[in-house]
Amino acid sequence: MPRRTSHRGSLAGAALLAAALLAACGGPGGTGVQSTDTGAALTEKPTCGTQPVTLRAYFETGFPLPKALSDEFSKQFPNVKWDIREDQFAVITQNAPRVLADDPPDLMRLPQVSELVKNNLLKNLDGYAGVFGWDKWPASQLEQLRMKPGGGARGEGSLFAMGLNFSVTGVFYNKTLAERVGMTAAPTTLAEFDGVLAKAQQAGVTPITVFNGGATGGLAFPLQNLMAAYGDPKPVNDWIYQKPGATIDTPSNVKAAGHLQGWIKSGYFAKDANAMDYAKMMSEFLAGNGLFMFNGDWESGNLDKKMPGEVGFFPLPAEKGGKVAAMSAPLTFGIGAKAKNADCAAVFLDWVATNETARRIAVEVGGSHPMGAADAKMPAVAQGTVTAETLAAGERISKDNGAMDFIANATGAIYAKSWTPQLQKLFAGEQSPEGLLKAVQSDYQTQVGS
Amino acid sequence: MTQRMAGGVLTPPAARSEVLTKTAKPRVRRRGKAWVAWLFVAPAITAYALFVLLPMGRTVQYSFYEWDGIGASPWVGFDNYVKVFTDPELSGTIVNAFELIVFFSGVPVLLGLAIAATIRRIATSRLAAVARTVLFIPQVIPLVAAGIAWSWLLSGNGLVNQVLSAVGLGGVTRAWLGDFGTALPAVGVIGAWVLLGLCTLLLLAGMSKIDPALYEAARIDGAGPLREFFSITVPSLRQEIGVCVTVTVIAALASFDIVYIATQGGPGNTTMVPGLEIYYQAFVERQVGVASALAVVLVVLVLVCVLPIQRLTKEES
Repeated sequence: MPRRTSHRGSLAGAALLAAALLAACGGPGGTGVQSTDTGAALTEKPTCGTQPVTLRAYFETGFPLPKALSDEFSKQFPNVKWDIREDQFAVITQNAPRVLADDPPDLMRLPQVSELVKNNLLKNLDGYAGVFGWDKWPASQLEQLRMKPGGGARGEGSLFAMGLNFSVTGVFYNKTLAERVGMTAAPTTLAEFDGVLAKAQQAGVTPITVFNGGATGGLAFPLQNLMAAYGDPKPVNDWIYQKPGATIDTPSNVKAAGHLQGWIKSGYFAKDANAMDYAKMMSEFLAGNGLFMFNGDWESGNLDKKMPGEVGFFPLPAEKGGKVAAMSAPLTFGIGAKAKNADCAAVFLDWVATNETARRIAVEVGGSHPMGAADAKMPAVAQGTVTAETLAAGERISKDNGAMDFIANATGAIYAKSWTPQLQKLFAGEQSPEGLLKAVQSDYQTQVGS
Repeated sequence: MTQRMAGGVLTPPAARSEVLTKTAKPRVRRRGKAWVAWLFVAPAITAYALFVLLPMGRTVQYSFYEWDGIGASPWVGFDNYVKVFTDPELSGTIVNAFELIVFFSGVPVLLGLAIAATIRRIATSRLAAVARTVLFIPQVIPLVAAGIAWSWLLSGNGLVNQVLSAVGLGGVTRAWLGDFGTALPAVGVIGAWVLLGLCTLLLLAGMSKIDPALYEAARIDGAGPLREFFSITVPSLRQEIGVCVTVTVIAALASFDIVYIATQGGPGNTTMVPGLEIYYQAFVERQVGVASALAVVLVVLVLVCVLPIQRLTKEES
């Protein structure tokens, strides 16, 4: 009898399993129907109304700007309350498609948008852009957030997300150490910059603090800055936007990767970079253990607070000086395709770019340049702060038309699965500059093709 | 023995005696009682089916589709499985997992045996109690905390390198988790540290039930401590060693948390293991099909490794 019982048990188990399989037959997921949301033109500006509204928002942990803006918004529009959920950016990146599909927030911090647009998960903002006049802003501000509905290359088409501000990346430097190694002004050519690196090394100062451990290869920052120093940003952007036929394996990029390898071989980076994460890099720089750090202006406020007057910033100069280009991207937020309070969320996004207090918060708390029209009033910033320097750099890059998206944003997986391991290999001397770009290009083609 | 146990657990004593007398009429009654038993088991079975069997079935099903987790999903047959075995990035993770077995199973079991034998000899002293506690602590500490602590210890200017420099071995210091040659062994060391306590404790428990008369007899026959260890202790611990090897081999093949905290698979994929790769495939690359296929392969692999161990170490009766 016990034998029969156990038989019956396994029979029942098998039956349940079979039932589960049968019930689920036919393939998981949606049907891939094209979205009909074309962002039709609106005749009048939407409002948040006068009735109580609760905006459901999904923000990134560790970045106080969205929270500061939402508090101020509620102050000015008392009928709007917030229901805010926060997560690390990595968690948001992984969960974005499912959250937007199952439980769409009204306002959400977004990773790279192409896969989300492909699955029709984001609201088409063209209607709002028309009625609020966002399409009259400098085009480069919103270019990275444009896509054809239903997929295709990024960089043109409908608007699917907005920025709370746009950030710029470049080189932060420790002023005390710079003085010690004899750097009196920001370098204006790449050769000058190389000279300072060599002098720093001779003076016993770590020339560049960098992170390159785990799943986030920080060498992508100097690499892309070098790409901009050696070549035109446009082909790099085309590659990031997944334009047909785009390649990262170009002669000027090989030169850039070669230059980076030169820095590695010269020992300009900390020896254990492959075991350092972003937080470790920040703590090293804050402790004064490094002359330069490739990073973005989201740290400006933080650096002004912790090392007041101690830090400077410049965009990496081009090979022969002149025009500069750098990674500069909007702090991306979108509205779920099925969001309940899309109109009010759009009002918020417009308010962030146009309201004077909001623009001041964007600079003071976020450290970055506010979105909006070219002639919009800029908030005053104290001189001598690194925030003032990053804002100036942002304007210069915008004037030189040198804004690039981040090479890590080309596809959802390219950073963790391709750039990072390849850059770790380059650092360890196990990969050549040519091999690095070939490997990334090949991964890119597989990922874009699928 | 099995009959007594199963009967005692599943059916009330009355039913059991009826089975033994094998009369025709009570059989009907027993069937009624069996339904009552099923009723008691139902909540557990429902939970098991819903949270174990169904997800397992779904994983198998997904492995035959190409799916990004949201959109449409074309049927691709065995393509995902072919990819698991032909893509060096994916098959490499399996090789790494087997390398980890050396650290996760070999070190804890061998070292655990030696330590347990030592502790048993000093069983009554206070030192034994202290040693037991110290060795078991890694089991109590959350793995994430252990991983973080170890990544500090093993960092470029961490304690490990400080000690090495202090004893004149400054030449070998490096960022252990960031070096291509040492990252996987360094992760293995963390795993060995975690699992050593578990194995030691299991083996100690096993030793306590060995009949002391056996040792006495051996000693009368003139056996030394080594001979005692290999002729009495190890053979008597066959089942416990089996459990240790099984648990640790599974921990090695299905490892995720330690690697995720310490290296996230880096540098350059040198510490990428199947568990982590499944996660990356599903949540970063959004290749749910490939992730599922790798998961199925991993389950089969675990079974293929563990079933022979179970058979080998089963006590012959």
